[in-house]
Amino acid sequence: MTGLSDKRLVFVTGKGGVGKSTVSIALGIAAARRGLRTVVAELSGQARAAETFGVSPPSGEEVRLGGDGLHAISIDMERAMEEYLHERAGRVGDLLAASRAFHTFAHATPGMRELLTIGKAWELAQDRRRVPGARPYDLAIVDAPATGHALGALRTPSTFAEIARVGPIANQGRTIDATLRDPAQTAVLAVALPEEMPVTETLALRRRLRDALGLEPAAVVVNACLPDRLGPRQARAAADALAQTKAPVARAALRSALSEHARACGQREQVARLAQGLDTVPLELPYLFVERLDAAALGTLADRLEELL
Amino acid sequence: MRDGVAALLAGTRVCVIGGSGGVGKTTTSAALAAGMAARGLRVAVVTIDPAQRLATALGLDELGNEPHRIAPERFAEAGLPLGDGELWAMTLDPKRTFDELIEKLAPDDATREQILANRVYRGLSDAIAGSQEFTAVAKLYDLAREGYWDLLVLDTPPSRNALDFLDAPDRLAAFFEGRALQTLLRGGGAGLRLIGRGTGLVLGLLKRVTGAELLSDLSDFFRLLGGLLGGFRERAAQVEELLRAEGTTFLLVTSPEREPIEEAIYFRRRLRAAGMALGGAIVNRVHGDEPGADGALADLPALLEGEAGLSPALAARVAAAFADEHALARRDAANVARLGERLGAGVPLLQIPLLDGDVHDVGGLVRLGAELFAVSDGHGAK
Repeated sequence: MTGLSDKRLVFVTGKGGVGKSTVSIALGIAAARRGLRTVVAELSGQARAAETFGVSPPSGEEVRLGGDGLHAISIDMERAMEEYLHERAGRVGDLLAASRAFHTFAHATPGMRELLTIGKAWELAQDRRRVPGARPYDLAIVDAPATGHALGALRTPSTFAEIARVGPIANQGRTIDATLRDPAQTAVLAVALPEEMPVTETLALRRRLRDALGLEPAAVVVNACLPDRLGPRQARAAADALAQTKAPVARAALRSALSEHARACGQREQVARLAQGLDTVPLELPYLFVERLDAAALGTLADRLEELL
Repeated sequence: MRDGVAALLAGTRVCVIGGSGGVGKTTTSAALAAGMAARGLRVAVVTIDPAQRLATALGLDELGNEPHRIAPERFAEAGLPLGDGELWAMTLDPKRTFDELIEKLAPDDATREQILANRVYRGLSDAIAGSQEFTAVAKLYDLAREGYWDLLVLDTPPSRNALDFLDAPDRLAAFFEGRALQTLLRGGGAGLRLIGRGTGLVLGLLKRVTGAELLSDLSDFFRLLGGLLGGFRERAAQVEELLRAEGTTFLLVTSPEREPIEEAIYFRRRLRAAGMALGGAIVNRVHGDEPGADGALADLPALLEGEAGLSPALAARVAAAFADEHALARRDAANVARLGERLGAGVPLLQIPLLDGDVHDVGGLVRLGAELFAVSDGHGAK
């Protein structure tokens, strides 16, 4: 697996709830530290990256976060559509975008939302930007939807190209699809939790991604790995102590440690299962025992994610 | 409330389970269904995306878009005899369900064939906005009509849009307006003007930005599906009636982290906006706490060395693990309290403790079920 810093587009996906947003933002922080002009793109009205840094930009607008070259955008379909139409048909395109008839047509067209979203993500990663005055990025990180929806979205450009066959959307679809299929430009990063279901889904993702885009996951990150504070010998000692101790708080503490140990062991098994199924060593991120994942916590995760760049 | 979740389901014929991804919705739905079957009911659970092992354990990897009865031995072996009850399960195939819906609504064979053959339909039917959510409840409606089961449990798609089916009639209206557009595209449109220069300009522009063939396939798509609009609306109305019926209960599943709790609050707001009641909330994976832990932390290593006879190194690690779990328990309690506050005292809230292992087989479902059916309303104070 070549480093992510050589790519232009990274899609971060995985089962629902595994921490895709967290990994996307932390990876963005790492990339920006490295000197890459980076944008973290979120979908579906989410703007967590900006929120983490205490910024609230309007939807669809690129905003700078912090000191390094880190930026964020919450992709807005309406704006993406306007930008596309303006590029295609100038002022008349603007009028079309404002037309209620066209608006309804676009909304009713199945897959249009996904096409616009992937199209905008693609545009962010181009040297020639569509947005007037916008500068190109070295790296665009997309906080993608959960596996199934992400793969569906990534197939949309080629689906439209197939259906349309000829014309502007067909061409655009083919161009975008070519970028997505090029491992030199596009990387898919799979995020998992060290649990049965996410690991199984990640292994299935590998197969599905190959079918959809002919790509292998460029990296796999396992999130929220518990520390294994007790080795087997210490676990036995703790279990013995629990059998003999009567003090309630001491018992609670021992139960706590043993429970965490049991879960950590289970997690290790799942990580091993994942590594075996992927023929590669996944990167493990520690469970953070914090109230909220603030910029500092994300910075810690960024330290670990650095090695993927 | 000694019966745990059973009390929430007294008199329920249809149970819809909502919540964001990764909170244990599918396993909770299955465990709940199994527990109710063990109470003598005929139950069917409709899952969306079960894990492979669980699917195999429940026989869900069988083909077909209909419920299959799960062999009672599988549960008897795991210590939960179903007695007179029956547990059925199926995995929803949204694309197939939508095709079935088209087949039911099409006025004749020719129309049906044209739709199923349309290039836009074939390539993108699963991308029709709200279709996944709609097919889930449409299937639920069909199963309810069959009248065989005492209780139907629907595990909804794990997304913010899980309640998009509530908007289904409005979304379908978009097809209708597409129909008006179709008329426009045929050159006869009245009332749709772009800069006052008539329909030719719009058509020309559309071709310019999309492509002639795509436009033609889209026109056919809108025209054909627009013709089914009456049927869709009727089906949507029937589904909505079922969802509002007295025997229908919505349950929310979440975990005690900040994001799922926010999603749960959002889900509740959507339900409320639609005039539907929330029957209860289940919070999974709650870290337990020890009373007096706060004050005990400072002296804990010494206590562990003295009382429990641990080595200093081990005592330090055990104390650290406990301190971390205590911090998590406090976080969980705060988040759950926030949820409880937003839901109000009228909505029962069940807290399920963090279990040491994953739930991925029948044994796991039975263990989870034991918690679900034992716990009492954990609103507010402990």
